[in-house]
Amino acid sequence: MMQVTRFPARATGPAERIAGFMAHLRMNGLAVGVGETAAALRALGVIDPTDAAQARSALKAVCASRAEDFARFDALFAAYWFNRDRQRERQERAQNEAREASRHAPGLSGERAALQSGTPERPDDDPDGAAAHQGEGRLVAARTRNIAGTDLREFVTPEDVAAAEAAAERLARAIRDRRSRRRRAAKRGAQLDLRRVARASIATGGEPLRLFRKARPERPAKLVAILDTSGSMTVYARVFLAFLKGLTAADTTTDAYLFHTRLVRITDALRDRDAMRAINRLSLLAQGFGGGTRIGSNLAAFNRGYARRLVGGRSVVMILSDGYDTDPPEVLGSELARLKRRGCRIVWLNPLKGWKDYAPVARGMAAALPHLDLFAAANTLDSLAALEPELARL
Amino acid sequence: MSWTSLQHDLAAHGYIASDDLAMALHLALALERPLLLEGAAGVGKTQVAKTLAEVKDARLIRLQCYEGLDATHAIYEWNYQRQLLAIRTAAEGGETGEAVEACIFSDRFLMRRPLLEAISQDSAPVLLIDEIDRADEEFEAYLLEILSDFTISIPEMGTVHATARPHVILTSNGTRDLSDALRRRCIYSYVEYPDRAAELAILAARHPALEPRLAAQIVGFVQALRREDLEKTPGVAETLDFAAALSGLGVNDLADDPVALQAALVTLLKTQADRAAIPTELAQRLAGKAA
Repeated sequence: MMQVTRFPARATGPAERIAGFMAHLRMNGLAVGVGETAAALRALGVIDPTDAAQARSALKAVCASRAEDFARFDALFAAYWFNRDRQRERQERAQNEAREASRHAPGLSGERAALQSGTPERPDDDPDGAAAHQGEGRLVAARTRNIAGTDLREFVTPEDVAAAEAAAERLARAIRDRRSRRRRAAKRGAQLDLRRVARASIATGGEPLRLFRKARPERPAKLVAILDTSGSMTVYARVFLAFLKGLTAADTTTDAYLFHTRLVRITDALRDRDAMRAINRLSLLAQGFGGGTRIGSNLAAFNRGYARRLVGGRSVVMILSDGYDTDPPEVLGSELARLKRRGCRIVWLNPLKGWKDYAPVARGMAAALPHLDLFAAANTLDSLAALEPELARL
Repeated sequence: MSWTSLQHDLAAHGYIASDDLAMALHLALALERPLLLEGAAGVGKTQVAKTLAEVKDARLIRLQCYEGLDATHAIYEWNYQRQLLAIRTAAEGGETGEAVEACIFSDRFLMRRPLLEAISQDSAPVLLIDEIDRADEEFEAYLLEILSDFTISIPEMGTVHATARPHVILTSNGTRDLSDALRRRCIYSYVEYPDRAAELAILAARHPALEPRLAAQIVGFVQALRREDLEKTPGVAETLDFAAALSGLGVNDLADDPVALQAALVTLLKTQADRAAIPTELAQRLAGKAA
């Protein structure tokens, strides 16, 4: 939802209006500062600012600094300068507020109880079970996107965080940190390879004309972790989130995602040094946390988006999920096969596998099995720690 | 110069820029700030810099980034071998000490790499820093310093100040996220695949000999292909190759020559999976619709 600034009717000069526009952009999440305001004013000086289309293009070039901002900018511009969308916005907000009120008054406590007792089949935002009347019963529940911003602070207790992070860092090292202390001859490198230089210098009468260098050989694997935070996984979510935080902390190239009804990249949020801000960012990202599971289509989104750029032959993709999927199992199978074709290795950690007598009968899980390099239990921290030798072998 | 005249100049040199892109480029020139271009592969990000160099009649200096790019390949390097030889000759000639040192750390032994080259030109060149996302983060940080004040300090020689500020264009394919600091220093534009009209104009600019009807078919076909679920979506460069291939094969109408169409598809579909995803019948159908 877009926040709309009240148009400053009393603002007189263009500078003041631009400053107001910048505040409007900032409020909507664009990273603009004083420098951008100055640049925007200068930019308007070199074009014809009375032409709205020109002004919009110019301000867009100055203020937007990433693809998402670039795409949103026109709407933000119209909202501020033409008061567009305000009418609709206001109506929507009124409706939303009414809806929220009816939902949250009885719902908040019910929602929490559902999360804690781990009954994922009930839609968390639907306490009176209205969805069941729609004829599809429990499956409707899993398909409903839970838009309530679940507060992750409740999921993360300090001890769990510490233990999971420690286990994760050990694991990440097992997979990644095979960087050798030995150095090998390389074209470029921090150190001179004295032995080779000396030997080559014999041919040039003792002058070390050709310099050889050595460097540490490249590290082999890059880790990509994808966490399922759907309803059926909420009981594990807090520990796994800490686990992901440990993984990303151990290495600067590790990438982390979570998915429920849609896929969200959380690497940057996990890497935020300010712990409170990280939690806030995660709560924002995790809207839908505890909702339904769509593993197949989320993997498809991953394959078509991030994986194209970020997954290659040196990657290990780690999926943390219980394999309960509302998408058809063929989708999951074919998407895993597609991911596999990028040359990566796929590890699936399933908390259910640690249970006694577990068999991968969930249809999604059965479809996934042939494409996995490692399928392991992950219901306790011990089982996570026990993965270390297995992963090191991959 | 206004942004529309810049757009016209670009078009005169065969580059059809969208309004947003032309405006961003105009501002980058007017405000003397670097321009950061993002977008899918093959939408013509690199070509912007090349065409701008032609329009401005300036030299194009290109720095192709890659993993592990370091200062010796981006900024400058001393010609170590020649220095050694110079020391040897100097020693035989009886020169010593400071005279030799002044000699071997002079301009003669300095190998200029793109960044130093760019700031020591008499007239402003266009500096293209291609695929900045492939370079390491440390290099990005160093680049920030250069882009903000256009000076490079060489410990043995002193600081080199830019005689003419280069027009800097950075491109990124998004292999990794760029730092906020770099993004904020730049004017930004996201280059989309061209729409139908723009792509027709590009085709007309690059292949003027092409029949308008066939050109319309080609553009329609490629635009339809972009909507298919492909691993590598064909870019503008692929469209141009496709057009060249078709005119090379002597095709006049896409719809009635399935064999030639299938043969020319090699210029558009670059992976095995994509070739399998677009069988002959589907290609025919898309071509039929485009006609």
